[in-house]
Amino acid sequence: MSDLKASDTEAADLDTFRNETRAWLEANCPPEMRKPATSDADVFWGGRNAKFSSEPQRIWFERMRDKGWTVPDWPREYGGGGLSAAEHKVLRAEMARIGARPPLSSFGIWMLGPALLKYGNDAQKKEHLPKIAAGEIRWCQGYSEPNAGSDLASLQTRAESDGDDFIITGSKIWTSYANYADWIFCLVRTDPTAKKHDGISFILFDMTSKGVSTKPILLISGYSPFCETFFDNVRVPKSHVVGTINRGWDVAKYLLQHERAMISGMGERGVGRPLGQIAADSVGTDGQGRLDDAMLRGQIASFDVDEAALAACAERAVDLAKAGQAHPAFSSAMKYYGTELNKRRHEILMSAGGVDALEWESERSRQGARPRAWLRTKANSIEGGTSEVMLGIVAKRILDLPGA
Amino acid sequence: MPLVLTEEQSMLRDSARGLISDKAPVSHLRHLRDSKDPTGFSKELWHSFAEMGFAGLLVPEEFGGSGLGFVEAGIIMEEIGRTLMPSPFLATSVVAASVLSRGGNAAQKSEYLSEIASGSLLATLAIDEGAKHRPLQTSLKAVRAGNGFKLSGAKALVVDGHVADLLIVAARTAGDAGEREGLTLFLVNPKAKGVAIERTIMVDAHNAARIEFANVEVDADSVLGEVDQAAGLLDGVLDIGRGAVAAEMVGLSDEVFNRTVEYLKSRKQFGKLIGEFQALQHRAAELYIDIEITRAATMKALQALDADVVKATPAVAVAKARAGTTATRAVQEGVQMHGGMGMTDQFDIGFFMKRARVCEELFGDANYHTEQLARSRGY
Repeated sequence: MSDLKASDTEAADLDTFRNETRAWLEANCPPEMRKPATSDADVFWGGRNAKFSSEPQRIWFERMRDKGWTVPDWPREYGGGGLSAAEHKVLRAEMARIGARPPLSSFGIWMLGPALLKYGNDAQKKEHLPKIAAGEIRWCQGYSEPNAGSDLASLQTRAESDGDDFIITGSKIWTSYANYADWIFCLVRTDPTAKKHDGISFILFDMTSKGVSTKPILLISGYSPFCETFFDNVRVPKSHVVGTINRGWDVAKYLLQHERAMISGMGERGVGRPLGQIAADSVGTDGQGRLDDAMLRGQIASFDVDEAALAACAERAVDLAKAGQAHPAFSSAMKYYGTELNKRRHEILMSAGGVDALEWESERSRQGARPRAWLRTKANSIEGGTSEVMLGIVAKRILDLPGA
Repeated sequence: MPLVLTEEQSMLRDSARGLISDKAPVSHLRHLRDSKDPTGFSKELWHSFAEMGFAGLLVPEEFGGSGLGFVEAGIIMEEIGRTLMPSPFLATSVVAASVLSRGGNAAQKSEYLSEIASGSLLATLAIDEGAKHRPLQTSLKAVRAGNGFKLSGAKALVVDGHVADLLIVAARTAGDAGEREGLTLFLVNPKAKGVAIERTIMVDAHNAARIEFANVEVDADSVLGEVDQAAGLLDGVLDIGRGAVAAEMVGLSDEVFNRTVEYLKSRKQFGKLIGEFQALQHRAAELYIDIEITRAATMKALQALDADVVKATPAVAVAKARAGTTATRAVQEGVQMHGGMGMTDQFDIGFFMKRARVCEELFGDANYHTEQLARSRGY
């Protein structure tokens, strides 16, 4: 009975939190920030050279930052909101309810932060986490290398010991937004004689360090979100290694789980206008209000079924983690399904748009926003480990199938 | 509500699994089939079910039941799905108990619910008439006659129809097939004059019947709920049945999948365990993901039913649609990956394939529910 009372109190507290949060968001989230982002400029990434694209974007970011809600579940001492998992869920639901945009997008939040919270030492946490939370430093990720791709552990970039420093030489590829980033979290080989996974370290350094250069890669979408990144004798203090030297693979794997969870959510499930309505605008409806293209309507309906089911699964994954019942490799399952589903979504959007969705350069098409987004999604099942690699991880680590 | 089982629910699952796997493995169904058992299920086992409180799981405590919820009913259904145990649980304890407790008047509740809880009364809902599940297409006629009604028409796929002590019959008292208005539910004694029941031996060896009604006389007290207004009650009760069948399909899919993965780890071909082949690994991994997503969608639907049956329709549509598609895939892959052995009657896998096909049709297939979701979203 005392348990029942405790959970009643918890539920009551959560209701209070929900009401307060709803009221605060209502009062503080500018109307312009309650619509889905339609272009790159709508996304605020922070960093030393950050510029706001609009006044509402600035206001929204600063208010959320001041509450610690750029990273609601991080401890307050690191600039977070100190929310419990249940409160965080409420906040996310309330933001989704009004369609509020994330105030800050950041690889520091999604990937490095969780890794630092788990593996960083005190000095590293105090140095980096508050700056991530406040959007002061923009991070990029130096994982993939030419010829390695998803076979991440075959990386060659080497870090040679020189007193208290490492001297780093090599190159990375597919470094997202390296050309805008202030710092990089990077995997380097600190012991070339060790077995593949054993001689790798996870290290942080400033992108303005002498010897670092970047070169954007133009993609089929016409954008260049990715770069090649080169390191020519870059000097980095050994104190910048996160975790133990030569044990960077542990940090890398942990971070990859967060990356995969992040990519699996890229379809922004349940946010924005439903596909059925978007399609109705272009293909029209019959006398009973049904889409005037039965096959397309069927595709959208079965997409909606799968999307709703995946949303339930994502919710359950969080609940399982909270209950200590989650399988560490489950993020690979979510990454696989989420990215394949997002590709399906954009194929449907192209199909629904018909000829209108083919326009590449015009004001009318917002510079081809739809086809460019469609092409961008094709990378979802490649970046962060390909779909085939994800299925291999599920087969071996969750199902325990033999081989390799 | 977190999408994980509570400690009490885990205990319920464990005790149900213990009983079912011990007393009713797949060989139990095989025996009932091969011996052409006239009842089609084990009365002894049903008695044990009732003793453990499962028969009256959804029956309110005031009528001697456990007063538990749909998540708990789903837990039992999932375990039933693992061994394909034939049992009155779905028709009597889930669907009929829900019709009575949601739509029955005080006299009807007190007469039937405690008997359901004790396991002494079997009841079933007779709804479908055509080849596909279309509740609003009900055309079985009930015309006013004296103090009561006369029922004429036929029903197909009445689960447990030949063993039920009480039939709950959807009939049309007004309007035309396809309309929401004019549907009425009647409590009918299967022994009444004019009722002809034919047990249909189906592909999955579970109980079902075709029932014909020829001017069957019922009095006014046999109306359950309001005359002409049964559509709303049926929506809720059918959604409860759908959620339960989805849970059975999750159990069935999971069991076929586990058996298949074990086979991949033990069967050798071309000098290798077949589980080493990447083509099979990837298909197994995809199926695992499908099942996990469907499991979550089904839990979500059952929780939605517990929160508010009336608002649960979209979540139930998602769950039943996903469960149908996933179970179909799971049994197909199960048979294919077992090779020739999977095609033999001696091997159990085929039983799962047959049951999945029946569950898919029961209360609407994946197409039906995908269509429902599209309509609920207005496109």
